[in-house]
Amino acid sequence: MTLGGVEIERAAGFVANDTPRIVTSRFGVDDSHTLVGYLATGGYEGIRAALKKRPDEVHSQITEATVLGRGGAGFPAGVKWGFMPKDVWPRYLVVNGDESEPGTYKDRLLMELDPHQLIEGCLIASYAVGLSQCFLYVRGEMAVAQERIATALNEAYEAGYVGRNILGTDFSLDIVLHWGAGAYVVGEETALIESLEGNRGMPRLKPPYFPAAIGLYGKPTIVNNVETLANLPWIATNGAEAYRAIGTESSPGTRMVAVSGHVKRPGVYEIINGTTTFRQLLFDDEYCGGMREGRTLKAFVPGGGSAPWFLPDQLDLPFEASQVGPAGSMLGSGAIMVMDDTTDIPKAAHSLTRFYAHESCGKCVPCREGGTWLERILGRIVDGHGTTRDLEMLIEVGETICPGDFPHAASERLGLEAQRFPYQMTTICFVGPSAFAPAHSALTLFPEEFRDRVREVSDDDPVATGVGAVPVELKGVGAQ
Amino acid sequence: MSRLNANNELLAKEVIARYPIKKSALIPLLHLVQEQNGYVTSEGMTHLAELLDITSAEVLGTCSFYEMFKLEPVGRYVINVCGTMSCQLLGADELIHHAEERLGIKVGATTDDGLFTLEKAECQAACTEAPCLQVNYRHEYRVTHGDFDALVDRLVADSKKNGSAVIPPHGTLSETRQHIPAGRAVGAVAPDEVDGAPVWLPVDEPEETA
Repeated sequence: MTLGGVEIERAAGFVANDTPRIVTSRFGVDDSHTLVGYLATGGYEGIRAALKKRPDEVHSQITEATVLGRGGAGFPAGVKWGFMPKDVWPRYLVVNGDESEPGTYKDRLLMELDPHQLIEGCLIASYAVGLSQCFLYVRGEMAVAQERIATALNEAYEAGYVGRNILGTDFSLDIVLHWGAGAYVVGEETALIESLEGNRGMPRLKPPYFPAAIGLYGKPTIVNNVETLANLPWIATNGAEAYRAIGTESSPGTRMVAVSGHVKRPGVYEIINGTTTFRQLLFDDEYCGGMREGRTLKAFVPGGGSAPWFLPDQLDLPFEASQVGPAGSMLGSGAIMVMDDTTDIPKAAHSLTRFYAHESCGKCVPCREGGTWLERILGRIVDGHGTTRDLEMLIEVGETICPGDFPHAASERLGLEAQRFPYQMTTICFVGPSAFAPAHSALTLFPEEFRDRVREVSDDDPVATGVGAVPVELKGVGAQ
Repeated sequence: MSRLNANNELLAKEVIARYPIKKSALIPLLHLVQEQNGYVTSEGMTHLAELLDITSAEVLGTCSFYEMFKLEPVGRYVINVCGTMSCQLLGADELIHHAEERLGIKVGATTDDGLFTLEKAECQAACTEAPCLQVNYRHEYRVTHGDFDALVDRLVADSKKNGSAVIPPHGTLSETRQHIPAGRAVGAVAPDEVDGAPVWLPVDEPEETA
């Protein structure tokens, strides 16, 4: 079938495997996005079950299930909900559907293929902690997702699942579809709120660290990712115990992971949290089935474009934050980008750094200026105009964004030990550090690919500064 | 006429009423201006300022931050070719080069017939389907050079069918709009007009201990 000119089945990219399916259970089912299709497959059972309990019991159930936030930070949803101050009303819910981290592809599928599941998740969260109005913020460039959610909301209102006195109870909630207009940084929760208030989407100064304290219109606000909320109906229906029976103690349930790049079967998979290893995901026939014919793995990005890179050395790590962090990276938003031995490493790093330089909102100087410098330096190295001085400058500029040691993976080949996550930063949000991450990983893990590409210059060579004939004593005072 | 027309003004008022603070409706309404005119006109922005009780400078301030808003006319079809990592690894640079040759324009330009604007875009959340592109923000997946040529031919043919085109002209996103039936609506919950917990929360709310 087609919708808005797009063939939906082909849109999926979703690959079903043997994993218990929590959030993707309706993918591939006919009419999964319609109310009829949803009700025929257990839809709105979760909110029915929740409404039979006291709100605080529902909150406890979600806290007990330990739903780690799926947007990138991995913070447990139930605990985040508990950060709202007592006695400050009203409280709002903002759904973060602004998926745009490089490599990430899951929220769009959830919105296009199972919009009612997301709506039901919004209802459960709002009922549990007394959120009075919900704004569902969908990325601007997702015309089909907007179409599907608008249709689903219209159906749900008509049928009494959303709006006043839901299912004949005291519980009432409006869910407003809102959409953006193209800005990656709006995925940061305080920038998302700014954007929802009709402003330029720039992150707010912290503290407060969580909008749960001061959020939309200065009121307590819960910002949750689409996949996080999509887990709630299953938990409300099947219970926290059943959820915790899947995955590990610290990372229960499943999670959606998009694997892209040089593998045989790139796709979106729902995997068991905490135990599935990168090796299984990349090489097992159940998942990606290995590298393209005759190729070998060179490196991979384990958690979205912002994450430091991993080497084949790290393949046996499981999808578990407590192990990936000390190994020098992060799980982020469930996005793995795979590079085989044909990859031009500086060029690949440049494509990511360019993304972040382009998407800097311009609020913090280290990101606005530094990101652009990193992009230009990498660009000229890729184009063959780089010098040895440029390699130093990459690190110098990076250190103005992230002072101190930047995390990286261990490499047996280079005799390198891992530098653990996280890092320090001089910017409000993670866009700045993200611009440095690919450059730093590429340079640290593949130094020879840069050295072979740049021209050796000595320190007193005027060209070495990249600024032409500047007297040596003026170097470093901002001349350019 | 580049202010909102009468129908769209009614629609704008319906949208504004959903938000506790009027200005929150600004981005959806800028999209509405763009849908009506193909780009965001200055008269349209002035009109929004009037509807939202803000200055036109505030409207422009927000508008100019977001990439999707075009302040001058663009092609009927805006083609965004993704160039971020997953697509770059699988031939995005070559695809962009091919697109430039096929359309006879450079990235950022519009064809003389006003049909196509070509843009190099950043990640489009379709990384497993690389290389990908969007036409008026609708995805095309695993696009070969041949696919691209066929797409252009299809769009050229489509543009001649008035009213029955598969992909609507630039500016139109979802063709279905949210409609909240009056009898079911709760209404916007304004930040300053609510003092206590919502009615469904028990008064002795013990949940904060979590």
